[in-house]
Amino acid sequence: MLNSRPCLPPSGGFCFENTRRNAVLEGSLSEQGLSAPKARKTGTTIAGIIFKDGVILGADTRATDDMVVADKNCMKIHYIAPNIYCCGAGVAADAEVTTQMMSSNVELHSLSTGRPPLVVTVTRQLKQMLFRYQGHIGSSLIVGGVDVTGAHLYSVYPHGSYDKLPFLTMGSGAAAAVSVFEDRYKSNMELEEARCLVRDAITAGIFCDLGSGSNVDLCIITQAGVTYHRGFDQPVQKGKKEGQYKYKPGTTAVLTETITPLPLDVVEESVHLMDTQ
Amino acid sequence: MNTRGFRSQLKDSVPVTGLCPQAGAYDVQDTLRSGFSSVKNELLPSHVLELSEKNFQLNQDKMNFSTLRNIQGLHAPLKLQMEYRAARQIQRLPFLQSSNLALDTLRGNDESIGFEDILCDPSQSEMMGEPHMMVEYKLGFM
Repeated sequence: MLNSRPCLPPSGGFCFENTRRNAVLEGSLSEQGLSAPKARKTGTTIAGIIFKDGVILGADTRATDDMVVADKNCMKIHYIAPNIYCCGAGVAADAEVTTQMMSSNVELHSLSTGRPPLVVTVTRQLKQMLFRYQGHIGSSLIVGGVDVTGAHLYSVYPHGSYDKLPFLTMGSGAAAAVSVFEDRYKSNMELEEARCLVRDAITAGIFCDLGSGSNVDLCIITQAGVTYHRGFDQPVQKGKKEGQYKYKPGTTAVLTETITPLPLDVVEESVHLMDTQ
Repeated sequence: MNTRGFRSQLKDSVPVTGLCPQAGAYDVQDTLRSGFSSVKNELLPSHVLELSEKNFQLNQDKMNFSTLRNIQGLHAPLKLQMEYRAARQIQRLPFLQSSNLALDTLRGNDESIGFEDILCDPSQSEMMGEPHMMVEYKLGFM
């Protein structure tokens, strides 16, 4: 890492010294028709809903690397506080690091105020941080939780805007999931009905969107506590093989057999005595 | 985390500090350490966020001071700036890394974790500064 200001002490945070080199590298790569590796995105369906007793968050579990499935069972529902959880879509690393930082900040804040954290605190810190980096941190998040003021659900976009709604979906499968919500959502639903609704919404995302797949994860947050169902539903099972592709020994008949001995002559012979003193 | 609403902020301009020319010993470009030079490199930032990140702390302080001035009057930012100046003077010898604890506490940074605490930790940087240059810069000889 180059030190462009040798007189001043090094500072922490982002270092932009390689951006020019990267721009030149990408230019020369694109001349040859190749492209630089892209950051791994999650290609996700995440959804959240407010029901009678609290909040339910749901997510699929596939992480994609352009057109290849990179992880078949990743966790997209992250812990922020004992009563607040957050689903992350967009660039996987950005979502992960952002939620970890938010979790630490919220813990420090609640230690300093002496009160349990509010969902609105997390949303405000998130949107201020994402706006500061002008969308270069590519993570869209759904924050949900139950605090002293009640159950809340917020969605935060990569550039820093946010929405407060009773049901929300984000990610590449958002359109498929929100169509299920728009059709069947009612306010003050019971737990079973709400759980089915979120499961169906995520399943719609899994089947209708190429970037989402594998299992459905659910996280139910109420005043009483949190239940995290990892792998709540597996709508896509691996199919059974119908036939056998192995051949029994003796399947192929031997027609003829010819043996040719190879003549070998000794060309050179040298003897080395080993020193075994 | 800042809690300012929109009404209490005055419009302030973003200071655009130039990216300093990389002169090594004898005022000549130090190609071995800092690479090839070009006028474009030195005048334009290489990334959209480079300038705004460099001046972020400065702009935050400016915003806080102008808010304080609007709410509480001129004495509040003056007193606070005096305390900042006093806290900034509590440093170690020129070459050694200081924790800036007093300054962080005044700014409220001791209760939050940002990218400046996670990435590029100065205590683990791979490059060592030049002690003589840093001492001369600090004492004002350069």
